[in-house]
Amino acid sequence: MTAITHHLPDALLDAYVTGNLPHAFAVVVAAHLSLCDACRARSEAAEMIGGALLDRIAPAAMRAGAQDRLLAALDRAPPPSVPIAASGIFPAPVMQALGGRPPGWRMLGGGIRQHILSADSEGSLRLLYIPPGRAVPEHSHGGLELTLVLQGSFSDSAGRFGPGDVETAHDDIDHQPVAGPEGPCICLAATDAPLRFRAMIPRLLQPLFRI
Amino acid sequence: MVQNDRNSPDVIAPPLAGAVGVSDTVATAPCHRARMTAGESGLLQADTVNQTDATRSDPTLWLLAVRDQRDRAAFLLLFEHFAPRLKAMLLRGGLRDGSAEDVVQDVMLAVWHKAAQFDPHRAEASAWIYRIARNRHIDLARRKAPPEPDLLVEPEGAEPDAAQIMALGQEAALLRRALGAMSPDQARVLEQAYFEDLPHSRISEMTGLPLGTIKSRIRLGLERLRRDLNELRQP
Repeated sequence: MTAITHHLPDALLDAYVTGNLPHAFAVVVAAHLSLCDACRARSEAAEMIGGALLDRIAPAAMRAGAQDRLLAALDRAPPPSVPIAASGIFPAPVMQALGGRPPGWRMLGGGIRQHILSADSEGSLRLLYIPPGRAVPEHSHGGLELTLVLQGSFSDSAGRFGPGDVETAHDDIDHQPVAGPEGPCICLAATDAPLRFRAMIPRLLQPLFRI
Repeated sequence: MVQNDRNSPDVIAPPLAGAVGVSDTVATAPCHRARMTAGESGLLQADTVNQTDATRSDPTLWLLAVRDQRDRAAFLLLFEHFAPRLKAMLLRGGLRDGSAEDVVQDVMLAVWHKAAQFDPHRAEASAWIYRIARNRHIDLARRKAPPEPDLLVEPEGAEPDAAQIMALGQEAALLRRALGAMSPDQARVLEQAYFEDLPHSRISEMTGLPLGTIKSRIRLGLERLRRDLNELRQP
């Protein structure tokens, strides 16, 4: 695997660590952190700040009996929670968003497929499958788009993005990513507003595809 | 209901001015035996403990004793130190008193059950516990567990790297000093981001936290963290 060259901006990383990212974006960040040691270290340094702030906050007294309550709970069985693990090209947070199952691709046209992982008022999260050499239709979006490459590569005006690379595209960008020739490109993409494709799918049909 | 000074010595201290002094008091009285326990574990060799005493915070040693010996006395020390602070953090985050108490219970239970995942090369106890508490709070608020990156597991029988642990402690000390030197305004912005909620609609205009100075101070620490992470990944 080639080295990761496109990393998370500080603001997104800080927002992830402090719990201030909408879920769709947090999944992309957690997936990138699973692949990128440099950003993982940055996030752990940001957590150190959280720990230092916690250490110096003015304490609020616990109620009487809180400690006994806790000790009693220790002896009960731990909640059985085995988190879903990474599988193949999908890091654990993606497998968890998939519910542990492989993606069920839906054709979008032109050989491009998608699997919508979540969509709500805060944003949407999807997996995209782009055949080699194929362009994702030119699109713009109302807010922020965060795209993590899981397999293959794509290139656009911002450069080439390979496995583990993450692209942060703001709403002023009209971009047209083209998948690399080495094989299908699979990426994880979060947006905080519906994508607006310029071609391919008539705008009237877009609600149907939730893109 | 405040007669729980046995559970929580913090309650008798004046809240604001005493924060630093209180933690000193809590830490020095009972830490001796936890420190012995962590030393006896063999995971932290005696000389390691001596080396790191100056820089490692006691809660990290308590957490190691919980991790390696399931040491309940050390766990109670963690509770005495963190429970009132976690409660304060959750109250800042908008929880009512009763809910905050419940979440503190959840968090401390998670500390007990997940202690095996704690890696002193990469975190101090306070940062690790902060993350658990923040995630639990988000889970409750949004009814959706926040996604976490893949777990990194220390190889079986890996020897602890005393130098790395000490370096992390030194970075943490620098960080604390930097935080202490911040203006009240800067501190408020940081605390708001770490303890409270920001409206999500502002995501596309987020400009980041006032962390420039702090980040430059812990840059060396980042290099070390990164190297350690790389080593963890070597098969």
